[in-house]
Amino acid sequence: MSTPTQTPASPPSGGDIHHSRLDDVSGIVPSQVHPAGRRPALVIAGASAVVALVLWLGLGLHVAAALLLSFVLYLGAIYVTYRRIGGARVAVDHLVRSLVYFAFVCAVVPLASVLWTVIGQGAGRAFDPDFLSQTMNGVTGLNDQQYAEGSAGFVGGAYHAIMGTLLITGLATLISVPIGMFTAIYLVEYGAGGRLGRGIRFLVDVMTGIPSIVAGLFAFALFTQIFGIRDAKMGLAGAVALSVLMIPTVVRNSEEMLRIVPNELREAALALGVPKWRTIAKVVLPTAASGLASGVTLAIARVIGETAPLLVAIGYARGLNWNPFDGPMNTLAVYAYFMFTKPLSPAVREPSLERAWAAALLLVLLVIALNLLARLIATLFAPKTGR
Amino acid sequence: MNAKAPATPTRRDRGSARAVRRPGDLFFSGASVGSAVLILLILAGVALFLVVEAIPALTAPTEEISGGRGFWSYVAPLVFGTVVASLIAMVLATPIAVGIALFVSHYAPRRLGKSIGFVIDLLAAVPSVVFGMWGMAVFAPRLVPLFDWLEKYLGFVPLFADASSTGRTLLTASIVLAVMILPIITSVSREVFLQTPRLHEEAALALGATQWEMIRTAVLPFGMPGVIGGTMLGLGRALGETMAVAIILAPGVFTWNLIGNGNSTIPAEIALNFPEAAGLRLSELIAAGLVLFVITLGVNLFARWIVDRRAEFSGAN
Repeated sequence: MSTPTQTPASPPSGGDIHHSRLDDVSGIVPSQVHPAGRRPALVIAGASAVVALVLWLGLGLHVAAALLLSFVLYLGAIYVTYRRIGGARVAVDHLVRSLVYFAFVCAVVPLASVLWTVIGQGAGRAFDPDFLSQTMNGVTGLNDQQYAEGSAGFVGGAYHAIMGTLLITGLATLISVPIGMFTAIYLVEYGAGGRLGRGIRFLVDVMTGIPSIVAGLFAFALFTQIFGIRDAKMGLAGAVALSVLMIPTVVRNSEEMLRIVPNELREAALALGVPKWRTIAKVVLPTAASGLASGVTLAIARVIGETAPLLVAIGYARGLNWNPFDGPMNTLAVYAYFMFTKPLSPAVREPSLERAWAAALLLVLLVIALNLLARLIATLFAPKTGR
Repeated sequence: MNAKAPATPTRRDRGSARAVRRPGDLFFSGASVGSAVLILLILAGVALFLVVEAIPALTAPTEEISGGRGFWSYVAPLVFGTVVASLIAMVLATPIAVGIALFVSHYAPRRLGKSIGFVIDLLAAVPSVVFGMWGMAVFAPRLVPLFDWLEKYLGFVPLFADASSTGRTLLTASIVLAVMILPIITSVSREVFLQTPRLHEEAALALGATQWEMIRTAVLPFGMPGVIGGTMLGLGRALGETMAVAIILAPGVFTWNLIGNGNSTIPAEIALNFPEAAGLRLSELIAAGLVLFVITLGVNLFARWIVDRRAEFSGAN
């Protein structure tokens, strides 16, 4: 281990290391934070919270404007205070710290707002057994108007969309996993370092960047060429479009997992005379199994919420269609989109919006569940590396 | 020395003996090479089929295209809208993403860092249609006061000329896009920040640098190519993002005004018009998709080039 004993020959005169009081500087280096160093910041934060409240409730400013204004005041106060305590460098350090924390809040606020909205708007309908078991077959704007007047119950659900989502995503998984997995095997086991290998890795990177709607257009164009323009819209086209988006994710995740399988395992197997394919199938893949499974789950989570390619490739079905090889289908994302933007009854939008938010909630729950599942697989079934 | 002569043929013999054709080996290497080549074919297919379907629009007489002034005048304002919205999103998202990445890699406690990473992943997991619904129903109305304010005090700038009363504008869509590309820029940046050589950081701290000075002198220079690459990847994502824009934006004709109604992007134009399109209109939309494909391809290639260039010299550190 190289210890940092090699101090530079020249004194730290360059840059902006001024002759500030070292005691104060060392007080805020993260490795030895003294609570005292943070206390002024906490006091200022408390004060600016009060200022925000006064601006909002007292002066009637918009809540966002009040928060922003008090944050600017907070930054100014932080700078001035720490400049007096510890000099300019300490002040800048604290300023940046505040900005970094602010950046994090900037990401959390929209996420919280999205989740809050989806749950608040969708929870009322999403777990209604009727909603989960009915399709939109025969449901019209009239039903919604009657429901709004109170003369009829709520009809219409997302059963067909849920089944469509599962079918199409399942098909896409069936297409993508073998292709993606074998490509990863090629990249790691067969073509490593070769020209084709490098070329393929580059193309996979390019493929990652294909816009989802372009994938949909590709599937549509492909199926139009094969089946003619009238019969082009079918579930399989959607699955192909999703595969275009899913394959690069599967390849990247699997490649990473295969790469961390220790080479000694392969060499040991090959030295015992095990054929290469058996080495891959019986040694490499089982070792990486948990990583592969979690990678595939993440890839599914990535495409299950896709709307644009399906909008283009599978059309829009009101009823249940079990056959992905014939006719339009529906998925939760497309269902939510159409219910949201084209309500059944333009006059009474509320029931359609309710359906849209319920579908959105189901979709978000599905995606979160898949993400958690991926993490669970990765941690629970991780191979025992080392001795 | 004598052994050398017979050694070569035996090695050759062994080589040919190893090449016994086991069905399993044939299947595995065949399937692997086949899948790899299939990826090549898919990409070529994407380009090919889009071109085939786009040709009617590209060769049609100018007056038959929507707008009546030829395909390129039809697609130019859409390209403008797409690029402007994505650039605004990139400019808004990058500093915040870098801040979050620094927060996770250098400011937050280790144990907290992991769960924060999960929160950011969650942001990436929310489907775009949900972002679109949220943007239109919740976010856009909240922005109306801001737009009014902008019009009142900055109205002399053509960008803020005429405020929309619904908030469904290009700027709103850009802000939502910024939220959507935050996770990708954050994850790439976080990755490179964490790879900063520990000794560089410790050297900076040992010289008496504050934490920010350490980050500025050791972490940021090292991570800059990664940040740029991540930003470009985010730009590519924003360029192709469809549903959020399609739902939030009230599309219209080209205008410089960012806070009023008008403008559209290529993906939104396709998503909004495709279900009812037929004939030449269909071909027009596919041709617009081809233009989008080419633009994102360029941006992504550039991003990859930057990230890979960094990978070459980072190994030496």
